[in-house]
Amino acid sequence: MWFTLAEHAVLTADSHADSHGGAHTSTGLSNNKLGMWLFLGSECLLFGGLISTYMLYRGRVGEGPRPSQVFDIPFTSVSSFVLLMSSLTMVLAVSAAHKGDDRNTYLWTTITALLGATFVGGQVYEFTAFYNEGMGFTTSLFSSSFYVLTGFHGVHVTVGIIMLMSIVGIMKRSKVPGSKSETVEMIGLYWHFVDVVWIIIFTLIYLIPA
Amino acid sequence: MTNIERPTSASEVAAVATPSTSLGALKRPVASTGWKSWLFTVDHKKLGIMYSAAALFFFIVGGLEAVLIRLQLAAPNGKILNADLYNQMFTMHATTMVFLFVMPMAAGLANYFIPLQIGARDVAFPRINAFSFWAFLFGGIFLNLAWFLGGAADGGWFMYAPNSGPVFSPSHGVDFWALGLQITGIASLAGAVNLITTVLNMRAPGMKLMRMPIFTWMQLVVQFLLLFAVPVITVALFLLSFQRNFGATFFDVSAGADPLLWQHLFWIFGHPEVYILILPSFGVISEVLPVFSRKPLFGYPFVVFSGAAIGFVGWGVWAHHMFASGLGPVSVAVFSISTMAIAVPTGVKIVNWTMTIWGGKLQFTVAMKFAVGLIVLFTIGGLSGVTHSVAPSDTQQTDTYYIVAHFHYVLFGGAIFGLFSGFYYWWPKVFGKLLNEKLGTWNFWMMVIGMNMTFGPMHILGLQGQPRRMYQWTEARAGEGFFNFGFWNMFASIGSLVLTTGVLLFLINIVITARNGKVSPLDPWDARSLEWMTTNPPKEHNFDSIPTISHLDEFFHRKYEEDANGQMVKVKTAEQVLKELEDNADAHIHMPSPSYWPIVLAAGLPVIAFGMIYSIPIAIFGGVIVLFGCYGWAIEPSTAPDDDFDPPATTKDVVHVG
Amino acid sequence: MTTEIHTTTEHGMSNAGYVRIAAILAAITALEVATYYIDLGALFLPSLLIMMAVKFYIVVSFFMHLRYESKLFSWVFYAGLFLAMTVYGIFLATFHFFS
Repeated sequence: MWFTLAEHAVLTADSHADSHGGAHTSTGLSNNKLGMWLFLGSECLLFGGLISTYMLYRGRVGEGPRPSQVFDIPFTSVSSFVLLMSSLTMVLAVSAAHKGDDRNTYLWTTITALLGATFVGGQVYEFTAFYNEGMGFTTSLFSSSFYVLTGFHGVHVTVGIIMLMSIVGIMKRSKVPGSKSETVEMIGLYWHFVDVVWIIIFTLIYLIPA
Repeated sequence: MTNIERPTSASEVAAVATPSTSLGALKRPVASTGWKSWLFTVDHKKLGIMYSAAALFFFIVGGLEAVLIRLQLAAPNGKILNADLYNQMFTMHATTMVFLFVMPMAAGLANYFIPLQIGARDVAFPRINAFSFWAFLFGGIFLNLAWFLGGAADGGWFMYAPNSGPVFSPSHGVDFWALGLQITGIASLAGAVNLITTVLNMRAPGMKLMRMPIFTWMQLVVQFLLLFAVPVITVALFLLSFQRNFGATFFDVSAGADPLLWQHLFWIFGHPEVYILILPSFGVISEVLPVFSRKPLFGYPFVVFSGAAIGFVGWGVWAHHMFASGLGPVSVAVFSISTMAIAVPTGVKIVNWTMTIWGGKLQFTVAMKFAVGLIVLFTIGGLSGVTHSVAPSDTQQTDTYYIVAHFHYVLFGGAIFGLFSGFYYWWPKVFGKLLNEKLGTWNFWMMVIGMNMTFGPMHILGLQGQPRRMYQWTEARAGEGFFNFGFWNMFASIGSLVLTTGVLLFLINIVITARNGKVSPLDPWDARSLEWMTTNPPKEHNFDSIPTISHLDEFFHRKYEEDANGQMVKVKTAEQVLKELEDNADAHIHMPSPSYWPIVLAAGLPVIAFGMIYSIPIAIFGGVIVLFGCYGWAIEPSTAPDDDFDPPATTKDVVHVG
Repeated sequence: MTTEIHTTTEHGMSNAGYVRIAAILAAITALEVATYYIDLGALFLPSLLIMMAVKFYIVVSFFMHLRYESKLFSWVFYAGLFLAMTVYGIFLATFHFFS
């Protein structure tokens, strides 16, 4: 799991610097943004593979519980809603950053991180509950593929939270090399992507029964 | 004040004088000579050289593994390797050649030549570039560590279940394999993002996409393939690691799993991977053939679009690796047809190369010999490949030596011949000296003869039924007459020694050239593309002034003009063209500055992987290194601030790169 | 520090606009959850998939600004997305997942 952390961190971290913007490039587009979109395109194949694996195995429960027996739709709906709203606060942070409004940038970035943490907390609670209902990581193919998929997503969210908190700390010490607003925007792109992945997971895994 | 070391070649490029600190403690490295200048460099040319040097090392390792395999099979009841070691040998031979030689060697050429070919001073993300290299190197070393820690991976390079599981592979070999490839995968992915951004964003003014040199084009396709294929193998490798290390059962039939899951994921990655291996070489010879035929590449747009078409259709053929697995008639029919279809764009390329040579004033330099060798040998491999698209025939050939023959013709005769063509063609560009042509000719012929002796008979052996992975054969089962195993196995083994001699000659050539090779003129081949429009080797900042591009084959068109009869005649020498660029040189060029962080960050990855196998606290320690590296990286500007330079840049004419 | 030359107009949406978008997303999410309690019969699956796609599109287009950015960004992202859907779709089809 640490590998993904490194991947994201490197890509986003390099985008913190190298920021002579798009002014000198052949397409007029910023290197950082183009790089980030390429990376997100690549991530589609990563999550696609994990979702497909889950789809293949969701019915193979062995002796363990079936998905419909453990899923708590009202609870997951709430945490999905929290993550969705964190996208709103994220976009407000980006918007504030573009206006050069530091105070609101810090504020919305922090709130986004908190909402993200709430989501991850909810996921920890959910996993614990599932475990107590007899669904361990190795219980069945369904449980393994479920934990791997949602766990990967959780790690993505966690990496996002670390980046959000770090950027606030670094910005407050005015240590961001290059454009602050673009840095926040980079993290924002990543954050929204993690959110859209959850939009898919919520529907395909939770709402549509196996 | 820090000791100021200046680059010797160009006074325009300022070294960092008094670097700002990062993380409050570490000062930016400033050395521009000595080992530190390599360890912390972000220069795409140095990284390109390091990529290639490391890849060459792994080529030798993988080659020795191959020789051991052939010696074992030379005669009945081979005793050189036991069954277990034999399994490790063929697994690591393939893994090394694919992931640690051909891919990074192509990455090395891409690193070195893409910025030069598009008229850029560096790549889009110089530090990510350095990180990619170190991650590849550490991943490669990590993979091979398993040899010393209980045995290497032994499930075959595509690591099918159940061979990959703990029952059939109880050592840590497969764990090292899965995590090592994960690390090199990160390197490839970061490299892909970087090079695509570079090609799209860093082109010189006027360098439209359809004016780009063909090598850059093919690399662009390759990087897109990597971008989308690497995450697929990432998923597969994670599932495998979770199965082996944390008790999941993703590929365990007895637990109700479907082993075809692995096969699909592996080949969804694996087939694009085949094109990742071959397209760079196609790019190389598409540069070499026109230069030594004194003609432009025939049908440039067709070569570009057929390359893109290969990249696209390459996603729809993966299941032809699985015809024998019982996919069902519909899947087999669909994938048969798509496999036949992909031969078309490849055939287009062969036609284009042939037409490029046709009627040209041919110069058979060693680079040209290897390029022509590729056309011939790859065509043979391509034709045996088409026989695999016919499912009934493929079912017969699956897991026999016929397959081994096929992919060595396309990968050795194709990919590796292309790379060698590139070595001879670009050596003077990189090192300023010409490789010895006479020795190179010997090198070429030994490789041609050796490879045909080694891999040619494998067609016969395979059709006779020799299995692909058989550690011993016995006299009793060898058969009789012309087609008996004994003769052809011995023949192939002798061939492998000829082949080894050929490669050895190349290594000797390197040493001889380094000692007293001929210093290359500025433009030894009368070349056509932009990388030759600079000094040999290029200055740190590549171009004194960034050229404005108005043609495909820009360099050629600056040297040659059409006369009244429609003939192209030389109007300027390369020296004159270069002089024009130098006369307009940019005054102050601030190149991206060296950095500790790429290597620190990359060093954390094998520590994490090591910890995942042996003990989680080690993994956490590795995670801390990575995190530390990320923070250091994040708050350090890619290019040092202007007042860090000596003299401090006060003028407004500073040109920033990166 | 480089100059902050960006303005909000570049990204084409005001904060109030973002809040409206979020409200629409929230409403769709509520509808999605509602399908869990209401029996829609044959419409169940298509309606959920459509709502999912709409939410995805809205977040990507407006929050990630893809609508206002260069087409190149859309190309590289949707190339990955559609490639993933196609390849994994075929992959699942070989397991008779859809039948």
